Amino acid sequence: MLSTIGAKSIDDLFVDIKPSQRPKSFNVPTGKSEMEVVEHIRRLAKQNRDDLTLFIGGGYYDHYVPAAVSALISRAEFYTAYTPYQPECSQGTLQALYEYQSSICSLTGMEVANASIYDGGTALYEAVMMAIRITGRKRIIMDGGVSPIYRTILRTYTKNLDIEFVETAVSHGQADRAAIAQHFNEDTAAVILQNPNFFGAIDDHSDIIAEAHAKGILTIASVYPIALALLKTPGEMGADIVTGEGQSLGLSLNFGGPYLGFMATKKEFIRKMPGRIVAETTDASGRRCFVNTLQAREQHIRREKATSNICTNVSLCAVQASMFMSLLGKEGLRNLAQLNLDKAEYCRQLLEKIPGVTVKRSSPTFNEFTVSLNKDASRVIEAMIAKGFAAGFPLGRYYEGMENYMIVAVTEKRTRQEIERYAAALQEVLNDSKV
Amino acid sequence: MEVMEDYYYTKEHEWIRIEENIATVGISEYAQSALGDITFVELPAVGTEVEQFEQFASIESVKAASDIYCPMSGKVIEVNTDLEDSPDLINRKCYDKGWMVQIELTVPEEKSNLMNAAEYQKFLESLE
Repeated sequence: MLSTIGAKSIDDLFVDIKPSQRPKSFNVPTGKSEMEVVEHIRRLAKQNRDDLTLFIGGGYYDHYVPAAVSALISRAEFYTAYTPYQPECSQGTLQALYEYQSSICSLTGMEVANASIYDGGTALYEAVMMAIRITGRKRIIMDGGVSPIYRTILRTYTKNLDIEFVETAVSHGQADRAAIAQHFNEDTAAVILQNPNFFGAIDDHSDIIAEAHAKGILTIASVYPIALALLKTPGEMGADIVTGEGQSLGLSLNFGGPYLGFMATKKEFIRKMPGRIVAETTDASGRRCFVNTLQAREQHIRREKATSNICTNVSLCAVQASMFMSLLGKEGLRNLAQLNLDKAEYCRQLLEKIPGVTVKRSSPTFNEFTVSLNKDASRVIEAMIAKGFAAGFPLGRYYEGMENYMIVAVTEKRTRQEIERYAAALQEVLNDSKV
Repeated sequence: MEVMEDYYYTKEHEWIRIEENIATVGISEYAQSALGDITFVELPAVGTEVEQFEQFASIESVKAASDIYCPMSGKVIEVNTDLEDSPDLINRKCYDKGWMVQIELTVPEEKSNLMNAAEYQKFLESLE
């Protein structure tokens, strides 16, 4: 291959890169047959533990995916049409995305939604950039309850941009109003709030939002879509931009993606929202049809001045979420959310009775809550794996001084027996002097 | 192409009508005709300070999205809010009802960087 392209060695291909920045070695082993590769991958896959009973959340949840969703989304009409380059010829794809957008609007209580963004974290980044475009200001305030995973994504994406991030102190309970408001000034573009927050606390942010608006500051709400079926919506609270991770809407947990970022806003900001927007209209014969609309905001027209230069959306995942939401319907989603709440409450009551467990009760929670243990949480979680449980999310992984804390999530999939066995196993581990 | 006598023009086809230290800005007949049907006009906020040839507005049409540059430096004192509901005013009456912003000029001598009607007419002919 090298002689065909006229290179003497592989190193010739990298002469443009400074030697100090080149990889030390490519370490490419000799070729393997297809059968050998399949066997190798199969062995690697066997190292995964997919038999654990999950009590771990932290933004991604073990919800049931109805078989009908998997069957419908496997239809080639949806599966193969990644980006229809003549979109109006693909009316089915556009209609599916339009229905997805409509469902997101109903769920969040917002006026408009786009056809999806890469994932929950990048959706939050896009919301930050959108708020900066709308206000012409540079400061972003982030509540201490925002997911540490999202914080990391935001810091990485904005590292070389002229944006001032102010983060309020972490607290397990509701947002610290005074701590947030003291950072409000004329250069503040937006405040980011998460509901329920990373530690599980439910909040009504209406008062913070009203105070922000009085100073011309926008509010970005990062939300958990299943919880919205029961909680006051960000739209009702007055939020300006709403984003979130859509994995829980019918997508399986799959080691980080592809997941689904959703994004909704008020109609007045639609031209500042990135991404594709599908709209309903009528054709020349007066029949209902669907089009990609307001494309002048987008990269293929506005080039470097586009609202976003991340072209990727996740249509297939969005359509899958749309199928999930329409299969459950309004009542079904509400029942699902109620089941999550009830089961988490049951689990919380059992854990409270265990010596060595303190359940944080400073605010109401949904299907996830924080506990402190009388031992290092990472070690407890390790010991629980041996008993067949992914027991929770160890907070020491992201927060100094919280080594004994973990967050516990309980979805509709957890049976009464599983919850009782989990509580009993946790008690055993905490009593075990070797852990 | 219609060109207004007492207006001044930029190579980007914006016009400016100067009355003492107050000036009105819009886009020319040539520009509106090249853009086609205009669907949305984004205007700066009143109070914004703009510099000569700085981008300060944008126009979306069925064909394209275009940046609009301010012909002279100044402070925006009024914007044409009729364009919110009727952006097509620019297509129909680009030199009067389709005006975009009014500015208070800060550097009147910048006028010398612009073309007068005769020069702009010549410039248009050179484009053909």
